[in-house]
Amino acid sequence: MNSTATFAEERNPTDWQGDAMQKRIRKRYAAERRFKALGLGAIILSAGFLAFLLIVMVGNGLRGFTQTELPVEIDFPAMTGGAAASQFEGANGQANLRTLGVRDIVNTSVQIQYGEEGTELFSAGGWQAVSAAILNNPKIVETKTTLYLPAESEIDVAYKSDGSASAEQKVTELGDKLSTGFNKNFLFNSDATDPMQVGIWGALKGSLITMFITLIIAFPIGVLSALYLEEYAPKNRFTDLIEVSINNLAAVPSIIFGLLGLAVFLNLFGLPRSAALVGGLTLALMTMPVIVISGRNAVKAVPPSIREAALGIGASQMQVVFHHVLPLALPGILTGTIIGMARALGETAPLLMIGMRAFIATPPSGIVEPATVLPVQIFLWSDEVNRGFVEKTSAAIIVLLLFLLTMNALAIYLRNRFETRW
Amino acid sequence: MTGSILFLLIIVLGGISWFFGRVKASRFSITHTKRGAVHSLPNYHGWYVALWAVGPALLFLVVWNFASPALITDAALASPAAEQLPQDAFAKGSILAEARSIASGQQVRAFNPLSQSMVEPYKTAISYYQTLGAIAAILLAFAGGVYSWLRLKPELRARTKIERITMMALLLASLIATITTVGIFASLIFESARFFSMVSPIDFLFGTEWNPKAVAGPRGETGFGAIPLFWGTVFIGAIIAMIVAIPLGLMSAIYLTQYAAPRFRAWMKPILEVLAGVPTVVYGYFAALTVAPALRDFAVSIGISGASSESALAAGVVMGIMIIPFVSSMADDSIAAVPSAMRDGSLAMGATKSETIKKVLIPAALPGVVGGVLLAVSRAIGETMIVVMAAGLAANMTANPFSSVTTVTTQIVQLLTGDQEFDSPKTLAAFALGLVLFIVTLLLNLIALRVVKKYREAYE
Repeated sequence: MNSTATFAEERNPTDWQGDAMQKRIRKRYAAERRFKALGLGAIILSAGFLAFLLIVMVGNGLRGFTQTELPVEIDFPAMTGGAAASQFEGANGQANLRTLGVRDIVNTSVQIQYGEEGTELFSAGGWQAVSAAILNNPKIVETKTTLYLPAESEIDVAYKSDGSASAEQKVTELGDKLSTGFNKNFLFNSDATDPMQVGIWGALKGSLITMFITLIIAFPIGVLSALYLEEYAPKNRFTDLIEVSINNLAAVPSIIFGLLGLAVFLNLFGLPRSAALVGGLTLALMTMPVIVISGRNAVKAVPPSIREAALGIGASQMQVVFHHVLPLALPGILTGTIIGMARALGETAPLLMIGMRAFIATPPSGIVEPATVLPVQIFLWSDEVNRGFVEKTSAAIIVLLLFLLTMNALAIYLRNRFETRW
Repeated sequence: MTGSILFLLIIVLGGISWFFGRVKASRFSITHTKRGAVHSLPNYHGWYVALWAVGPALLFLVVWNFASPALITDAALASPAAEQLPQDAFAKGSILAEARSIASGQQVRAFNPLSQSMVEPYKTAISYYQTLGAIAAILLAFAGGVYSWLRLKPELRARTKIERITMMALLLASLIATITTVGIFASLIFESARFFSMVSPIDFLFGTEWNPKAVAGPRGETGFGAIPLFWGTVFIGAIIAMIVAIPLGLMSAIYLTQYAAPRFRAWMKPILEVLAGVPTVVYGYFAALTVAPALRDFAVSIGISGASSESALAAGVVMGIMIIPFVSSMADDSIAAVPSAMRDGSLAMGATKSETIKKVLIPAALPGVVGGVLLAVSRAIGETMIVVMAAGLAANMTANPFSSVTTVTTQIVQLLTGDQEFDSPKTLAAFALGLVLFIVTLLLNLIALRVVKKYREAYE
């Protein structure tokens, strides 16, 4: 009795309504709000970085899909001395066109209209557009035709955004003769020295070939090792070794794979430099651990009841795995594979190591021919001094990001559509 | 006949064998109706025949590929044109090599007239042995198919045999990862050993002057002191990038797990993940094109001297942005692993949410967060394209974030691109740098995984 009384005397009940307490609570709530705002701020900042990056790339890159054009009137009958349209049809068209000397015809026409210095207004390879136009529609060689040819790179930059002073002056002089059109070169050409003539088709084809090799090597090996490790591997040191090496490989910096490719595939095996085959092999070694890890998770997710039921009606171990477990795990494995492939598609550093940074002006037609890939092409263009390459680099980045977006969307779709929750 | 056509032909032969094997085996169940008389399903018989057709033929082709060059050279030497070749083994070898590469189409024109004379014998020898190999392979495929087809019997244990082979394939596939790891280690060690036979490891690891271009002689090289590179790597990857990534990643994870409405979380989490999916070359271009000039202008405007357009800060900040989702998802996992009793207890005592997070959740999740940060560091220091494009090549030992520093990965790329002779210390130095990078990232990963694992066990 006595002790409680002393207690009551020494410690008053908390005065929740008191000023001091209210102040303290207000302070704590303010800290709470600040902390929450900080968290939201961090997310908005991170997302803002992403938005900023995309806006910069799209803002620069969209211009890369257009080209500045100048009209040139070509009086074909007078220039060619009366060439007939039929000459440029069919199989002999290309050869006849070569003897025609389109380049000189275009240059002369340009000089007639724009003066002696006129050719400097045009992209050096612009006459190829005329060749293409003739092959496309041979009728034009019998008439006087106006064609729109790509302007010189500096004028292109100056017309679309801010260029050098001299180019800006030329743009003002040319006035409304200049117009923009869709840049077909960019989608169908390969690398070139003139930014008006560059295209991504060569790099894209190299990427596709490389990815194909990566896929046909990494996918089977990845799936088979995932099955082995999940379904068969005995628990012993040897299995541990395999597991540790797979987990380590997933964390090894990509440039180390490039060193491996250089030392083993190029120097030891003597495979050709810059070839899609070597690139594909190197990327396959990099992608395989990703496939194994996602594959193991997918296999693990198949419930044991499926295996037991199959074993119960007399299936062998192999039949259980290949007839029942694998089909059920396949959507998960495919999702992981696509994500791994998307990573490989964006990879640059290991490919630089094995020499895929050569100037490739013709698209590769086989797996041992010199090739380059899209990210490496972006890297090479980013190093160019010519300002015309800025927008081309960004445009190539847009194409690369579109591919990655499609692949990831496909992975998400597969996951949502086919993955079963047990 | 080119290799790929031959390969396809053999595969087609395998398909045909599969079909015939299956057809023959599917009759067994009609003639042998007794229970258990037919051991395997027709499919397995089909695969049995197909493997017999394809396996030996492909094996033969692999062996032939290694054996035929020697046979071709012998045949070419036996030709009359070979009589004019010099006796000197070295000169002879180089002429033969040139002739061979012309004959196989890798080279267009001969530098040595003698090589030109050897081209024709080579061409005939190559086509002779190629045809021979192709015919032998096809015959082998055919023989294998027919032999195994004749062996098909109801009591043949085809399924057991197929399953044994499949098992071997599974084991082989899972060995590839180990072989790759060993291959990486062996090639790095081997090339580094050659480098260290020319440059002392002490000079390499503790030297402060990095200038491989100035290196002249084959012995007693200087200019391979890698300390500036290590500093640059740590400065960009472990300091600047982490100053950006840790607060942003951690706070994002806290907000998304503790405060955000489910809908907001469902949208924002994938958006943040996109940051990790953007190719590094895009980040590098972004850093070089937009971030670096902006930072330099900023530095100049506040009067910092020595501001470079290839600053450590630009590369580090952009790398930090790239790492955000990595830190955030690791933090997310470790906060989620804290038992909810601890959180509920703290809230029940009257602590606000932020007090609970700061005083209970974060301390409890700290080992996991630290592990995640270590993994993030190991990724950042191995990152290549951002630093190659934005960080510059000058090996400075400076703590000024606006000046240019260089990193291990930048120098590897620099040493190995462009013209390279394979035995020069310059090229081999790249492998030594690679070895250091490999070991450091490996150690960081092992430590991080151990930390994370130990801490998980404590709660489970």
